Amino acid sequence: MKKFHPVIKVKGFATKHSIKLSEKTLAKKEAADNFLTDLADVMLFITRIIRETFSPNFEFKEFFRQCFQIGYKSLPLISITGSIMGLVLTIQSRPVLVNFGAVTLLPGMVAVSLIREMGPVITALICAGKIGSGMGAELGSMKVTEQIDAMEVSSTNPMRFLVVTRVLAATLMIPLLILYADALGILGSWAGANLKGDVSFVLFFNQAFSHVHFMDLFPAVIKSFFFGAVIGVVGCYKGYNAGRGTESVGVAANSAVVLASLLVIIVDMIAVQITDMLI
Amino acid sequence: MMNTDQIKSNEPVIEINGLKKSFGQQEVLINVSLKLFNGENIAVLGKSGIGKSVLIQCIVGLLTPDDGAIIVFDKNVASLNRKELGELRQKIGFLFQSGALYDSMTVKQNLEFPLRRIKKNLTENEIEEKVNEVLENVGLADALNKMPSQLSGGMRKRISLARTIVVDPMIMLYDEPTTGLDPVTSDEISSLIIEVQKKYKTSSIIITHDIKCARNTANRIIMLSEGEVYKEGKVADFNNSTDPLIESFFK
Repeated sequence: MKKFHPVIKVKGFATKHSIKLSEKTLAKKEAADNFLTDLADVMLFITRIIRETFSPNFEFKEFFRQCFQIGYKSLPLISITGSIMGLVLTIQSRPVLVNFGAVTLLPGMVAVSLIREMGPVITALICAGKIGSGMGAELGSMKVTEQIDAMEVSSTNPMRFLVVTRVLAATLMIPLLILYADALGILGSWAGANLKGDVSFVLFFNQAFSHVHFMDLFPAVIKSFFFGAVIGVVGCYKGYNAGRGTESVGVAANSAVVLASLLVIIVDMIAVQITDMLI
Repeated sequence: MMNTDQIKSNEPVIEINGLKKSFGQQEVLINVSLKLFNGENIAVLGKSGIGKSVLIQCIVGLLTPDDGAIIVFDKNVASLNRKELGELRQKIGFLFQSGALYDSMTVKQNLEFPLRRIKKNLTENEIEEKVNEVLENVGLADALNKMPSQLSGGMRKRISLARTIVVDPMIMLYDEPTTGLDPVTSDEISSLIIEVQKKYKTSSIIITHDIKCARNTANRIIMLSEGEVYKEGKVADFNNSTDPLIESFFK
């Protein structure tokens, strides 16, 4: 016979049904508590990052090393994806524009699409995969092998040395990578346009940039900084708060990618709404 | 900065009273009290999971006790702010069970890392001399430019010990220094612990399962059981004990 353990004893009134209900309610309460605890934990983490950023003894050497790791070492991947993005967008859009007799709008359309949306979001998602998972795995393995504790006991603030440098480097480098991806995307688009036509480099770029305005570029650059910060904070948070077993390194890397990608999309949605209201 | 010569040998450098630490519902340390006197080595023995490592992590402030007092050099660890705790930690060396060498740095960079942060007034030449000196002391002068991944388990422990002593700590906390090593390397590490005690005049707490290491290095032994100090005494007291728990370790 199935046994029911009373969770909340109500003298004389507890039925099987009410006990089941109270267990469900308690489980939901626990889930809500956990969510709020995690949220508070993230807010505290961000507060510590901000406080440590403005405290003395900033780790410049480690910051530049991280800029090199995040920026320079991502260049090959971003070069390939950026140029393919422009090339594919051109090849896909060309027949439609030809049907409407608007093929001359192709460079402008591709440039605006890339700069406003595709460049920032796709590059940020790639960076969430490469940089976010890298941070999660690196800091997670440092936690598991007690390297973060070793730093702490040798009078070094691991938050300042490991987290602040990575978050700032990601916030600074990811917008640069996005601009670089935009530029290569337009270059890829020119290559795509020349597959079935003959457009000079100067003419293509003149037409492309004649359709790009300040308000296309400015909101995209601003949201890129937020993408960078989100990827840096999520990657570091997941790694820094990894569990003690080796399994937790994989979990940290994986959840860093998933959460950072999701947040990039959410930040993009908010940014688009705000831009839409301003223009 | 204070040095160990200024403290009398019968004065405690660490004094723990009624230490209590739980993780959720699991009570690990229930009531632990002990003293570490200046210049002595004590070995802390006990079954796995009894809270030996938790004890020394509480001493350096990596874990916060639920109750009780930890007094290190007359300062209550719980009452220190982050800056004061940092200053206290500069006097304490902690050898981690895994070595905890920084994977992304060479041996030289690993040793320079705490040195540049704690002894900020040293010149480049002095840093180089100090790094070479401690590497020679642990017998690995030729490992200067190696990465931690290129080192064996015993070498990692030695380099980790070198990184700990490079800043001249007054107290050493060893977390299972010989675990996972072969008997010959274990003996070498035990000898190094005694050398460090003599040369750097340190006081040490050695957390270990290795009875040979405890016998070789400790002036006094403390055995933990069920969250409390089960027995405290000289090595001979433990060797001659007929207590079943102690016999299970020493016979």
